[in-house]
Amino acid sequence: MTSFHVNGKPVQVDVDPSTPLLWVLRDSLGMTGTKFGCGMALCGACTVHLDGKAIRSCVSPVSRVAGKRVTTIEGLSENLTHPLQRAWIELDVPQCGYCQSGQIMSAAVLLAENPKPTDKDIDEAMSGNICRCGTYSRIRSAIHKAAALAAEGRAK
Amino acid sequence: MSAPAMVGRREFIRTGAAIGGGLLVGLYAPLSNEPGSAFAAAKDVALNAFVRIGADESVTVVAAHSEMGQGVYTSLPMLLNEELQADWSKIRVEAAPVDKVYNHPVFGMQMTGGSTTSPAEWERYRKMGATARVMLVEAAAKQWGVEASNCKVEKGHVVHAATNKRASYGSLANAAAQLTPPENVPLKNPKDFTLVGKPRRRLDTPSKVNGTAQFGLDVSIPGMLTAVVARPPVFGGKVAKLDASEASKVPGVKSVQQVPSGVAVIAERFWPAKLGREKLVIEWDLGPNAGLSTEKMLRDFAETAMKPGAVAKKTGDPEAALKTAAKTLTAEYDVPYLAHAMMEPLNCVVDLRVDSCEIWTGTQFETVDRASAAQVAGLPPEKVQLHTTFLGGGFGRRANPSSDFVVEAVHVAKAAKAPVKVVWTREDDLRGGWYRPMWHDRFVAGLDGNGDPIAWTHTIVGQSIMQGTLFEGFAVKDGIDSTSVEGAADVLYGFPNLQVDLHTPKIGVPVQWWRSVGHSHTGFSVEAFFDEVAHAGGQDPYELRRKLLANQPRMKAVLELAAQKANWGSKLPPRVGRGIATHFSFDSYVAQVVEASVEKGLVKVHRVVCAVDCGLVINPDTVKAQMEGGIIFGLTAALKTEITLKDGRVEQGNFHDYQMVRMFESPEIEVHIVPSGASPTGVGEPGVPPVAPALTNAIFAATGKRVRRLPIRSSDLA
Repeated sequence: MTSFHVNGKPVQVDVDPSTPLLWVLRDSLGMTGTKFGCGMALCGACTVHLDGKAIRSCVSPVSRVAGKRVTTIEGLSENLTHPLQRAWIELDVPQCGYCQSGQIMSAAVLLAENPKPTDKDIDEAMSGNICRCGTYSRIRSAIHKAAALAAEGRAK
Repeated sequence: MSAPAMVGRREFIRTGAAIGGGLLVGLYAPLSNEPGSAFAAAKDVALNAFVRIGADESVTVVAAHSEMGQGVYTSLPMLLNEELQADWSKIRVEAAPVDKVYNHPVFGMQMTGGSTTSPAEWERYRKMGATARVMLVEAAAKQWGVEASNCKVEKGHVVHAATNKRASYGSLANAAAQLTPPENVPLKNPKDFTLVGKPRRRLDTPSKVNGTAQFGLDVSIPGMLTAVVARPPVFGGKVAKLDASEASKVPGVKSVQQVPSGVAVIAERFWPAKLGREKLVIEWDLGPNAGLSTEKMLRDFAETAMKPGAVAKKTGDPEAALKTAAKTLTAEYDVPYLAHAMMEPLNCVVDLRVDSCEIWTGTQFETVDRASAAQVAGLPPEKVQLHTTFLGGGFGRRANPSSDFVVEAVHVAKAAKAPVKVVWTREDDLRGGWYRPMWHDRFVAGLDGNGDPIAWTHTIVGQSIMQGTLFEGFAVKDGIDSTSVEGAADVLYGFPNLQVDLHTPKIGVPVQWWRSVGHSHTGFSVEAFFDEVAHAGGQDPYELRRKLLANQPRMKAVLELAAQKANWGSKLPPRVGRGIATHFSFDSYVAQVVEASVEKGLVKVHRVVCAVDCGLVINPDTVKAQMEGGIIFGLTAALKTEITLKDGRVEQGNFHDYQMVRMFESPEIEVHIVPSGASPTGVGEPGVPPVAPALTNAIFAATGKRVRRLPIRSSDLA
């Protein structure tokens, strides 16, 4: 039995401890917002936060998260209020949308650590996430937009 | 699929839509809470097969086409509501079930592809909205005892100004549904459009930023097991000997079953299924393709191209013109097999019961998939219910002519004797075949004393995509697959003497339409060779294009717009080159200018300026998004990807050896739309073809190196 927190709630799962967190989230907990893209930490579709850091859940055995706090796309905000979600909606970033959970979770860590990222910062933080539809330019704009929205929120 | 392959396609669309429009007023009983639905359906009233209205004023538009990122779950409601005039904030969208009422007006089956949703549905969805509106107005007029012609609609209400009466669509829907649907309802003049043509936010975005959008891989049904399949390492291989004893011992594995496509490991969840598959011991009978080698094919194709092929197009007398030419120029181009590599690997959920079958998958090919599934299940098609989920990318792969991923899943479900989800890993997906064909293009051009091309001959070598598919009758004539020569035989440049011929080798690698189909190679080869011709004749590549597009005003305008926005001819920073290309595909005109440099053998794309004329625009932001996405897709093909085979085996498996363009390589992209009143044409694919040649032309401008094969290799730049 492995115990950890997902989006603030305690969970317990009875699976082989080598099972990747991705498949625990999807198959055992029914949380399908986190996506399977490659299984080798190459595409970023499975990105979640582990104690506030971005990890690729497809290569993270569930044993690694025991006793820790996991945040998934479902836990990013209530009602689409996170600045990244607002910016993503405003700029209509997604096309097929499959990679976007991972994109947003990577961007969320970037913004948490660097509230005003430059284009170069975005290149460095976001190049682990593939978007086959090619929404990169909108992701870039949306991260800048979200940074501005967050700054506004702090100023209030 | 390639729309221009259809003879008289535009005509077909017009008549097809007209016929479709007349048939579509039958009621469709909606299924509630379909797992495949984009939004849960409330108890609401169908005014026709395409729109339902709820007592809560919700308006559900039923999408006959799949949403794979191209924005149809927003553009189809825009078309319908342009006429219905409901409150946009009440609009919902839902995937259509499989029914002939939802057949594609051109292709006669339910499907999404060929960049055809807008052109094909442009009339039908407006008609359905107009028909529903007229019924709502009549219902109100009847209730109030007034003339319908004196009523107006505004934002989801019918209004009778003289008596100050007002009723909401939701309150009228039941009464409206009892009325006979009117025929030949007139449609708005485009100049009166209030929705169409203005940027509109996508309806599916909120669900795609909080994890709630349901893709095929996300479907879960009671009692469902998960399977992965071990498929032969060589196309056409078969299981010779199977030892499943170790696999069966993996905790969570339920059973191991042989299916026609390989060996299925069926487990409680994905992870044990995958672990189980790793323990299988299979001896394969590799079959006739075990010797396939793309390296050898490259040489074979080049040799074949030296011989005359089947003539796809001939104007004037190129042979004679070449003899009189002041200068001749020969060049050969190569492009590899390519996988679609959608971010969501293939998958399919099947619940097979004794007398019925239910399927959930992200597909572009509903009619074909249902029919194929029914055949395997031994059921009539109407006993098979197929739910289309969101597609995590399609690019053509999810319109498989043999329904490979659906058929296999039905076989697995049959063997599993339980509901089952078949999941393809990334490796399964990339090695699963159905690639964009490998192609070789050989050109000989003749130039006169002024440096103008007087002869242009083009020999193409590559497998046929359409042979053996449902579209063969349309697309293959006299041994020529029109998709193999599209973008070459119908080249817009006014070459006085032109010949295009084709060799169609048969090779055991399954091939398929891949975003922009044949244009994905002719766009590159024709536009890159055109650049060679311009330079050989001492002409500016932009000016020579302008000259030879004198009789193509729409393309000429697009070319000029792109050049102007990119400041063609202006000075660039040192070592940066500028390249230009045009391409006509899916009835749309696109020109792109790329600025690029090469540093230490690495290509850096700085900027792409794109101009497009796709006729009347439904959602400008979607057109822009499709051009942006098409450019990145095309750049990945230009810079990164190839599928190669050695000893019959695919050498790539995941994103480390089949790399995608990523954020740090993504250039600045500008898209400019030419305003047009012409009928809408495709946008999903036409952004792809021009970018590779515009890039290689820019590389030539920057370095003097001419790139004639994709992907671009450092060794070709040294």
